Amino acid sequence: MQQDDIMEQLLLDLFSKYPAGKKEGLIPILQEIQEEKGSLTGEILTAVAQHLELPVNKVYGVAAFYNQFLFRPHGAFHIQVCDGTGCHLGGSVSLLTAVEKFLKIKAGNTSRDGQFSLEAVPCMGACDQSPVISINGERYPRINEEELRKIIGVIKEKKV
Amino acid sequence: MTGSGTPKLTEFLVEKVVKNYSGIYDKSTAELLSRVRREKLSQPAIFIGMGSCGITAGADKTLKAVETYLTENKIKADIIKVGCMGLCSAEPLLDVQLPGKTRLSFANATAGKVDDLLNSVFHHTLPHDNILGQYRFHGHEEWPGITSLEELPFFGLQYRMVLKNTGIISPEDIHDYLARGGYKSLFKTVLNYTPEKVCEIVEQSELRGRAGGGYLTGRKWLVALETGSDQKYLICNADESDPGAYMDRTLLEGDPHRVIEGIAIAAYAIGAKKAYIYLRSDYKRAIVILRDAIRQARECGFLGENIFGSGFNLTVQISQGAGAFVCGEETALIASLEGGRGIPREKPPFPAEKGLLGRPTVVNNIETLANVPAILENGPAWFKAIGTKTSKGTKVICISGKGVRTGVVEVPMGTRLIDIVNTLAGGIKNGKQLKAVLLGGPSGVFVPPQDLETEIGFDTLQEIGAGIGIGGMVLLDEETCMVSLSKYFMEFLQKESCGKCIPCREGTKRMLEILEGITRRPREESSHETLERFKGVVQLENLAEVIRDTSLCGLGQNAPGPVLSSLKWFREEYEEHIFDRRCAAGVCHDLRTFFIDVDLCNGCNICQRKCPENAIIGTVKMPHFIIENKCTGCGICFDSCKFNAIYFK
Amino acid sequence: MQFEIEVNDEHVIARRGETIKNVLDRIGVKVPTLCHINGFTPTGNCRLCVVEVDGLPGLVPSCSHPVEEWMKIRTHTPRVLKARKTLVELLLAGHPNDCLYCEKNGRCELQELSYEMQIRERKYQSRRIPVQIDKACPSIERDPAKCILCERCIRVCNEMIGVGAIEIIGRGSESRIGTTYNKGLNTNACVKCGQCITVCPTGALIEKTAIHTVLEALNNPRLYPVVQFSPTLPAAIAEEFNLKSTKDVLNIVRAAMKKMGFRQVFDISMAADLTLMEEAAEIAERIRTQEGLPFFTSCCPSWVRYVEELKPVYLSSLSTTRSPQQIMGRMIKQYITTSAGQKAEDVFVVSAMPCTAKKEEAGKDFIKDTQVPFVDAVLTNREIIKLIHLMGIDFSFLEPEPEDSAFSIRSSSGKLFGMAGGHLEGLIRTLHFQMTGQEMNPLKIQDLRGLKTRKEARIKIGKQIINVVSVSGLAHAKHLLEEIEAGRREIHIVEVMACPYGCLNGGGQRQGADEKSLKSRMKILYDIDEEEIIKAAHKNPTITGLYENFLGKPNNDRDREFLHVSRVARQEK
Repeated sequence: MQQDDIMEQLLLDLFSKYPAGKKEGLIPILQEIQEEKGSLTGEILTAVAQHLELPVNKVYGVAAFYNQFLFRPHGAFHIQVCDGTGCHLGGSVSLLTAVEKFLKIKAGNTSRDGQFSLEAVPCMGACDQSPVISINGERYPRINEEELRKIIGVIKEKKV
Repeated sequence: MTGSGTPKLTEFLVEKVVKNYSGIYDKSTAELLSRVRREKLSQPAIFIGMGSCGITAGADKTLKAVETYLTENKIKADIIKVGCMGLCSAEPLLDVQLPGKTRLSFANATAGKVDDLLNSVFHHTLPHDNILGQYRFHGHEEWPGITSLEELPFFGLQYRMVLKNTGIISPEDIHDYLARGGYKSLFKTVLNYTPEKVCEIVEQSELRGRAGGGYLTGRKWLVALETGSDQKYLICNADESDPGAYMDRTLLEGDPHRVIEGIAIAAYAIGAKKAYIYLRSDYKRAIVILRDAIRQARECGFLGENIFGSGFNLTVQISQGAGAFVCGEETALIASLEGGRGIPREKPPFPAEKGLLGRPTVVNNIETLANVPAILENGPAWFKAIGTKTSKGTKVICISGKGVRTGVVEVPMGTRLIDIVNTLAGGIKNGKQLKAVLLGGPSGVFVPPQDLETEIGFDTLQEIGAGIGIGGMVLLDEETCMVSLSKYFMEFLQKESCGKCIPCREGTKRMLEILEGITRRPREESSHETLERFKGVVQLENLAEVIRDTSLCGLGQNAPGPVLSSLKWFREEYEEHIFDRRCAAGVCHDLRTFFIDVDLCNGCNICQRKCPENAIIGTVKMPHFIIENKCTGCGICFDSCKFNAIYFK
Repeated sequence: MQFEIEVNDEHVIARRGETIKNVLDRIGVKVPTLCHINGFTPTGNCRLCVVEVDGLPGLVPSCSHPVEEWMKIRTHTPRVLKARKTLVELLLAGHPNDCLYCEKNGRCELQELSYEMQIRERKYQSRRIPVQIDKACPSIERDPAKCILCERCIRVCNEMIGVGAIEIIGRGSESRIGTTYNKGLNTNACVKCGQCITVCPTGALIEKTAIHTVLEALNNPRLYPVVQFSPTLPAAIAEEFNLKSTKDVLNIVRAAMKKMGFRQVFDISMAADLTLMEEAAEIAERIRTQEGLPFFTSCCPSWVRYVEELKPVYLSSLSTTRSPQQIMGRMIKQYITTSAGQKAEDVFVVSAMPCTAKKEEAGKDFIKDTQVPFVDAVLTNREIIKLIHLMGIDFSFLEPEPEDSAFSIRSSSGKLFGMAGGHLEGLIRTLHFQMTGQEMNPLKIQDLRGLKTRKEARIKIGKQIINVVSVSGLAHAKHLLEEIEAGRREIHIVEVMACPYGCLNGGGQRQGADEKSLKSRMKILYDIDEEEIIKAAHKNPTITGLYENFLGKPNNDRDREFLHVSRVARQEK
């Protein structure tokens, strides 16, 4: 219930910030919601569509186009393995396979218990320190499989 | 950086420096300037490279260690967070400058090393390791036996104009930029030149767009200026999403005001009252720095209403891309700013005539705009003197891959590729041989060693079928599988294709599938299948041609680049994959053939049980064998063997 | 401004602002396209119309590239032909192989191109992610597997209908035309107008067919199948079978229907007269009380659905009168149960409509006591034509069948329903009479005629000036609503047709109609109006008889089930 109130407040704030009927506000609005809530739901899309006087499909189409928007939230631990050129050459593929095996989830998915999600991302811009992974935003440079197992082992322990 | 007395300092700098055409200062101004520039110090200064690359390498931990060290030892010193000076492979970078002495730079200064390093420096001795060099400066006492930074091979070839301040000044404090002549060009421009004149100056300088077609920037501005409209827009394109290139971020995190000044001048030249900076939303730090820089510039009156009393108004807004590579294309970027899917549209009409919300819009790459203040400051003739006949100025290049050194550099146009590889990057890591250089990002082309004599420039690169793109340069060593790498880029591009036009949407997918076919071992071997796969190569060339010919935007038109160039220079690798089913580099896992070392195998039987193809035979406690014909190369046995008895060729 | 360019070595005049394709069309050089629709923003999706232009590095899409003075264009060079062929081959790589079983077999633009380009094998192979066919909607069936992402449907839905019921979802090779959370068209904002079907080059969008149901009914001895047809049918049939569109066509169509097994054939136009009577009475009342203005017509089910779904504030402004299809269905059932002694549930009423939305509308109304629907099945004109072919009917052997059924007398006002502005024209005739007791003179309202999506007129009725607007294409209706919301107050009556230019261009009509055929369809209906003696609903003796004997005065409280509906807003979930 409280969650709904927070959401409603967020939407109200956003709607006063971005004028009604101006579709230029669509992506920034979705970005702020994504940032706050971690994912977009049908109700949110409908509310945004109404505010901007757009068909819901249009809003959904935009959200589905960009990588940033999610319709399901990431896991409590979101693991990103960089697969940019630098990291690719540095062996990110075997790193990714290792994580997949270790967590028993495929890249792009979230574990059933919602604890872990795994994603291969284009480039984190840290090519000089390849391969890089990031767990909930914290980066681990020049990592190898062994270290990775250790790190994930640690977070597996402190599951939330 | 808002200490007490700051507004006064700002006012002073604006009056005495920004509005001073001559560049000749009275004594008190000169004195103050040298303090702001940290040439004269009253207490030690410690500089930490806090670009994203630095932070990834642990610069924030270094910072904490420095702070702890200073408190514990009761030493008073300024800590200045600077951007990345380009040598990313040496991060975290830590510089220490004692009053009266040169600024000393340390490489790989991780938190654990801080105590030792600082201890030595504060005791006026030199530590044994980690010394990168020193910044030579007239009047500073030099540290004995330490190379000057500009004498290092990494810096020797560089001509730092766009990156002049990056890594040296604090990006968080506008005074650092002002004290180095910042916003002078803007002042000069809006008070002395008409917009037409600015376009003319920039056209005379022959500055060409730093990403994409290399169109003359001044001419593009003039088109927008001359197109009548109630509103015009300037967009600074910093949406770099090439995997393996991050010069835009380096610039924004290191010297944001240079970009803002360039934007302001460009907006004035085209008559725009509103400018957007479009950058990746995951560049969190760059956004924070940029947002703050815009605020400071506005507070100083460099943005906003009636700039310098000239009547010119400008608001600058940050727009965050939502994660789509195709939005680097200008019309897609505009579509995205308008709140739609980032889909490119047909040109003409060009955005300079009809862009954002149907109004004339100039989309300039961030590096192009960062060149502008210097051009206005020093004049077009000065700028034209740098570079080659057809390509003027410098180019920022991001070196990644297998080089000894990687990072961001700026070289004059006309620099030979081979010099960048050998001198700046210091050759290939671990004594390996250079196989090729990938120029221009995921849709770039592979340049073989024999073509590396080519000079950097729009036309020279075009002659060898390449292009500089936004300036990504990936060094590849002999252990690279070109087929697999081409597949990797094709996979990236087909994922990032917007899906609008058939050749790009369907064509890249087909090319990827063909490449996957080549790098996969067929389940049953028959000559027919080899033929099919061979046909794939022919189809690749055919498809590449049509995709290049008919795609709507640059993403599709250039998408076949890696495949075509690798086919051209490394065709034998494709043939090896197809006919011999072998990947010499061992990268294409599916083509591996596994063997069991009879000396190491103790017959534990695990591999036999795990093999999904029943390709392993043997009795318990006796060495096992792999039936080559049955093995699909999945590698499960390799992973499951606890005795390292399985190896592959 | 004019200038000369070169096309295939010939000098050709071009005008500034034109696209290359405009020029090519004018000089009769045909380039293929799968995405372009005349009158819509070119998108350049399919790239099939590419041509070679001297001096430009790549091939240039002629549909969206403007002509420039220096251009030397080549349209069919080996390079161009190879590119086009490869593009079609690429589309075919993941396309289902079931042409033989496809609704569009023989009329598919992709199939035609593949034939033209001499494609004889599947050159590229591709795996496609299996997709679900959206079958839940009563009007439209959508098979994303056959979609080639030309975006014609999206453009029509956005630009002409203004609903945005479908959108491209996803990116790159995974993009699909779809809806939010992949919901079916039956539950989202789609108004079922079917305009998307008329532009779809492949079989990805088709109507939900009722042919099988109708065939079963025709062969079920228990049932008494009858058909009612709309004013657009004769023209549609004349076009398809190359008949001269004279008055006889109507009678030949009637003969064909009988031959197919329909026991009686009814002309919906008579019910249209009834609709007009009721509406006119409603309007007169609203004008008197000055409430509920502007009055919106409600015979177009897509428009009604649009209001219910997206603009429920206008529900009270909609006419409550049922559409001609529903009134006619109800009356036929009543009539046959009494006159032919059939049970209501055994009478099987089929409508032949130019419309897909009517399929949905038919499922809305049931007779109170028996729960029997007013209308049992709706065939689009396309389906009727298919049925004629299926039943092997050869028009050259048919004798025209004179009107024989009840309700055969109708005014030409009812016929005018077939096009935008026509409904309004008929309505004003009767309104004039109801308000003043006198006939309007002259009857013809030129401002409401012609192939335009927005027509306005100021009509003098007695001492009053009545302002009327006809909009067709829902997007234009949306604009009008915006004007009204912005304060436009003087309008009394608005006629809305969801399809541009009205039912003659409906979603159930032949695909790819050009302006010429639309004009000729329009002319047929206006010609009928010219020749007809009874030109207004209130002059129709059947109607006046009905009112005298059964209904009393128009728009009274009796028999509301027959003629009127109560409206509720739809809750979109």
